[in-house]
Amino acid sequence: MRGEVGSRSDPGEGLLLKVGEAYMTTLFTILFDGVAYGMLLFVLACGLAVTLGLMNFVNLAHGAFAMTGGYVCAVLVNQSGWPFFAALPLAFVSSALIGVVLERSLYRHLYHRSHLDQVLFSVGLVFMSVAAVDYIMGSSRIFIKLPAALEGQIDFFGVGIGRYRLMIIVICGLLTAGLQLVLARTRFGSRLRAAVDDPRAASGLGINVPQVFAFTFAFGCGLAGLGGALSAEILGLDPYFPLKFMIYFLIVVTVGGSSSITGPFLASLLLGIGDVAGKYYVPKMGPFVIYTIMIVILIWRPNGLFGRTAAR
Amino acid sequence: MSAVSDVSSHARRHARWRGSEIAFWILVLACGFLFPSRYLIMTEVLRLGLFALSLDLILGYAGIVSLGHAAFFGVGAYCAGLLALHGIVTEPVAALLVAGLVAAAVGFLTSFLVIRGADLTRLMVTLGIALLLEALAERFSDVTGGSDGLQGIEMQPILGLFAFDMFGKAGFFYSLVVLFVLFLLARRIVHSPFGLSLRAIRNNPLRASAIGIPINRRLIAVYTLSAFYAGIAGALSTQTMALASLDVFSFERSADLMLVLVIGGTGYLYGGLIGALVFKMLQEFFSSLTPQYWQFWIGLVLVVIVLIGRQRLHRWALWIPNLIIRQLSGRKAVIAIPEGEAP
Repeated sequence: MRGEVGSRSDPGEGLLLKVGEAYMTTLFTILFDGVAYGMLLFVLACGLAVTLGLMNFVNLAHGAFAMTGGYVCAVLVNQSGWPFFAALPLAFVSSALIGVVLERSLYRHLYHRSHLDQVLFSVGLVFMSVAAVDYIMGSSRIFIKLPAALEGQIDFFGVGIGRYRLMIIVICGLLTAGLQLVLARTRFGSRLRAAVDDPRAASGLGINVPQVFAFTFAFGCGLAGLGGALSAEILGLDPYFPLKFMIYFLIVVTVGGSSSITGPFLASLLLGIGDVAGKYYVPKMGPFVIYTIMIVILIWRPNGLFGRTAAR
Repeated sequence: MSAVSDVSSHARRHARWRGSEIAFWILVLACGFLFPSRYLIMTEVLRLGLFALSLDLILGYAGIVSLGHAAFFGVGAYCAGLLALHGIVTEPVAALLVAGLVAAAVGFLTSFLVIRGADLTRLMVTLGIALLLEALAERFSDVTGGSDGLQGIEMQPILGLFAFDMFGKAGFFYSLVVLFVLFLLARRIVHSPFGLSLRAIRNNPLRASAIGIPINRRLIAVYTLSAFYAGIAGALSTQTMALASLDVFSFERSADLMLVLVIGGTGYLYGGLIGALVFKMLQEFFSSLTPQYWQFWIGLVLVVIVLIGRQRLHRWALWIPNLIIRQLSGRKAVIAIPEGEAP
């Protein structure tokens, strides 16, 4: 009798184990994809964390810089036959150049204007960039040819890991560590922090505040361009990119707060994992989960999860 | 004592109907008889004008910057569509009111989220609510028709008397009457002590609360009212076009709306109506120039307006009319520059 029961329950237990294992595997995959997604969002949005979070400029056009980088990379790789890794720095440089030109010519006049003016201005820029890219490149989604080394998966203890996502995690992780070091340890980092904390006192100490802001703005745009080039594979690249992902960038910055670079970083990881998990477990709810979480967090802590308490 | 009578006489003087305002409405009515072939586009202008009026109530009078005003437009539009489609309230005017009230209820509930936090949080929350509603409408596609939208809406005659015709004549006059009635209401409200207190809040919230204005309650009230107006505008759109689709919630709609209001100027009620006309004309012009890419030019207009400065632009626009009035009647210009809003 007992033997019978035992022999019956054995395969059941094995199945349970297998289900558990499969469950763990999916969980791990979701976590991994979510981290890759989140890191990508961080590289895309950390420029905005500086302009919006620190300089208090509502720049809804940040996605346009990312799109520029993505399209530059796509043209270089697909049409001129550049290797992917050589095109990435150029995506950065081109976005940064456009960023510095626009900052010097247009943006800097608007730093002291009302938020309404800044919103109108940047929405205008978004509309222009969307229509211009649509005109030049066509409205369909565009893909960047990847080198063979980045395709496929690596088997890691039975879990398939996408090579491309692994590369994103490595690149973005290095960038984040580099940024943190620059901000915390270098002379430029302390200048930037001083300029943001109190522009008047900083310029009194001989810091060229407009120059620091322009450089930071350009660097942020460059990072967005790099992120745009990297994200073509995962997020999809089409002329509506700046509109589609605008809310995501804004979430990263407002939820993350602006006190340090860690806040937006953690916020983008949360957002990435939350979005991937939400799409996997409750696919029908779509982006509903993310928006609800955002509104709840903003109501709960208007200055962001990791923000400082005093509003700037 | 004299200060009080000063304020009230000042307010009364501002509330009096001016000749130019009466001329404006006569002109609008005349358009209905002068261009019988263009009812559809004129209806669109009226609808957009009403929608812009609703944004003006919160932006121009209370200083709340909203990036997601299309949320209430969409609620009103879907509400009117569902009421007509399922035959719950078939009479258009009653359905309009119901749709407006539903939008007002949504506005009331979300106003508690909006009054918390500063400008940036407000931007995010309003944008988030609009996106949330869009995601909801997409999710419950069995109710809303998903990306196909609500189709096959058949409208009953207005008040059981005037049937909607295919040239849009009934739709135009219906929209005009609704717009005019709501405009009168808005005009009465903004010139009342309530409206004056809103302006005080916009100009300096701290000072306003120091003289005893309950800021949060006033903001909730005006936000709800604005949602009601937007809902009516949305319902009008469904009723006159017999269609409601997902794009009623889109960000572009909210952004275009801001442009409309900025063209016309905020804080004097006519801004939305004039802006709607100019915007539609610009849109027509740009689409005839480059059919697919008119958005580029709209964006350019936005950028240029901001760079030149809204105040300066309105001064330029009013220079010629004021010059003519001065030459003709020899008195001081009567058309004033709309009051600027606080940064």
